[in-house]
Amino acid sequence: MKKIFSYTDGLTKKTTHYCPGCTHGVIHRMVGEVIEELGLRETTVGVAPVGCSVLAYEYFNCDMFEASHGRAPAVATGAKRCRPNLTVFTYQGDGDLASIGMAEIVHAANRGEKFTTIFVNNAIYGMTGGQMAPTTMPNQRATTCPMGRDVEEVGHPIKVAELLSSLTTPAYVARVSSHTPEETIKAKAAIKQAFQYQKEGRCYTFVEVLSICPTNWGLSPRESNTWLEKEMMPYYPLGVLKRPEDFEGGTDGGN
Amino acid sequence: MAKVLMKGNEAIGEAAIRAGCIHFFGYPITPQSEVPEYLSRRLPEVGGLYLQAESEVAASNMIYGAAGVGVRVLTTSSSPGISLMAEGLSYIAACELPCVLVNIMRAGPGLGGILPAQGDYLQATKGTGHGDFNLIVLAPASVQEAVDLMLVAFELAEKYRNPVILIGDGMIGQMMEPVEFPEVKVGEPLGPTDYALTGCKGRERRIVNSLYLDAQKLNDHNEKLKAKFELITENEQRWEYYNTEEPFDVLLTGFGMMARICKTAIDVLKGEGINIGLFRPITAKPFPYKPLRELIDRSKRVLCVEMNMGQMLLDVQFAAEGTVPIDFYGKAGGIIPSVEDVVEQLRASIAKVGGSRSGK
Repeated sequence: MKKIFSYTDGLTKKTTHYCPGCTHGVIHRMVGEVIEELGLRETTVGVAPVGCSVLAYEYFNCDMFEASHGRAPAVATGAKRCRPNLTVFTYQGDGDLASIGMAEIVHAANRGEKFTTIFVNNAIYGMTGGQMAPTTMPNQRATTCPMGRDVEEVGHPIKVAELLSSLTTPAYVARVSSHTPEETIKAKAAIKQAFQYQKEGRCYTFVEVLSICPTNWGLSPRESNTWLEKEMMPYYPLGVLKRPEDFEGGTDGGN
Repeated sequence: MAKVLMKGNEAIGEAAIRAGCIHFFGYPITPQSEVPEYLSRRLPEVGGLYLQAESEVAASNMIYGAAGVGVRVLTTSSSPGISLMAEGLSYIAACELPCVLVNIMRAGPGLGGILPAQGDYLQATKGTGHGDFNLIVLAPASVQEAVDLMLVAFELAEKYRNPVILIGDGMIGQMMEPVEFPEVKVGEPLGPTDYALTGCKGRERRIVNSLYLDAQKLNDHNEKLKAKFELITENEQRWEYYNTEEPFDVLLTGFGMMARICKTAIDVLKGEGINIGLFRPITAKPFPYKPLRELIDRSKRVLCVEMNMGQMLLDVQFAAEGTVPIDFYGKAGGIIPSVEDVVEQLRASIAKVGGSRSGK
């Protein structure tokens, strides 16, 4: 018999606490595989956020910080600046990164901090019980907007990848999705690319991963995948928004 | 080493380097901006790291990240900025990481003013951030003492793996005084850093974390932090007695620069044959209650003078346990009580001293 699938050394063997259908586990697995494949496990420090993935430090099989809400990029800045030989990543959700931590993420990206951010966008606050996020879609219902997000009242969802790609300094900004096997393969490639750039000493790298939240969306996992594709993907288009090669030979960023 | 004339804020920055700290994260705020300005120039000379954060919130989390990877790290700010740093401080204390902060205090509350004050005594000693934790608080009374205490601050931070804050009123930061620096310990590595996240090569992975979802485990952690502070209280109290050899009826108390003004007031009255003792805490936390009480027991009345509306006063009252009357004189907003003001207040306290002590 041939072994075709096994645990990745990039993750611990601890069973995750995530809800059925949640794609955090898949995204953890992709990050873990990338860390293993690039041989980075013993030189990596990860920073876990506050939110559904608050316990990520239990799952990533490397040295880990647990940061306060939204501050993972500041913690990662302190770690990477003081020990530049480490590979450093933050793993953050949309409430953590795009709401309370917006200042920290924008400034870390703009300073060109040499770490990687995995940004999981599922358009809702999960851990606190389904409240509206900065990325919640127009008319999407949440426990703090029971009639649906009213863009006249609270504005439109924030496109973080576009926002960060408007900055000159970041090296790599991409948006991928985790809702089909095909997109997952592309997502992992983007995550690997980000870590690869970091390994090469490039400055800030960022991958936004569209993700589902069946529990708080009130949909089955299958319905959630459809909803992501129909509702989220047109507003949050997938693709690489910024790469260092775009600036090769130039002076306006990318490295 | 010869003495040099130096502004307090710059001397504090240089003292950190002499203590072996070559990592600084901070944010400009009056009246401490000369610290980041000085270090932004000086740290690259010694192969160190200076980084201007986007806010004090971020700065406090950057030092959390730096302390967590096992390097000696400093941040400095002034009153409103320290409020914003409270978040990171709570996490750093919870995770038992060493770091040093400096608060060059300005007048408050709110945006307050930019003149010197001592209004953050209670914030530093009693309630810097959420949850049960304790800072070690050092209160220098001169630029030289600020320099000396910066070295103590790093030693204590590392010995107990606990954040240490040095509180200086704006005067300490802004005035120039002759100072002597100790030998350079640039870049000297920390002691044992078996907590630090350095990559898990050849060892079990480590986690720097303050989340305890199990009540018993968190309670145990709280008990551990409590026991640590009890040890700090036992070992690390520092204070100064001034003019306490001869008998006195009135005891004067103050901290930081205010205590220095008090000393001159004592000298003035000594010239008139009136003897006044002074108690000055150097560690505002752990507060030296017993050493203060020994002087209180030799006095009939206490006068507490501060550049606030009565903050250290609470510790003085706690030490006195109601055994003697305590007068208070305080000015805030940036007004610095003069020697004449303190002499006048002392005369009033002396006038109130009766034949016997109440309650004894």
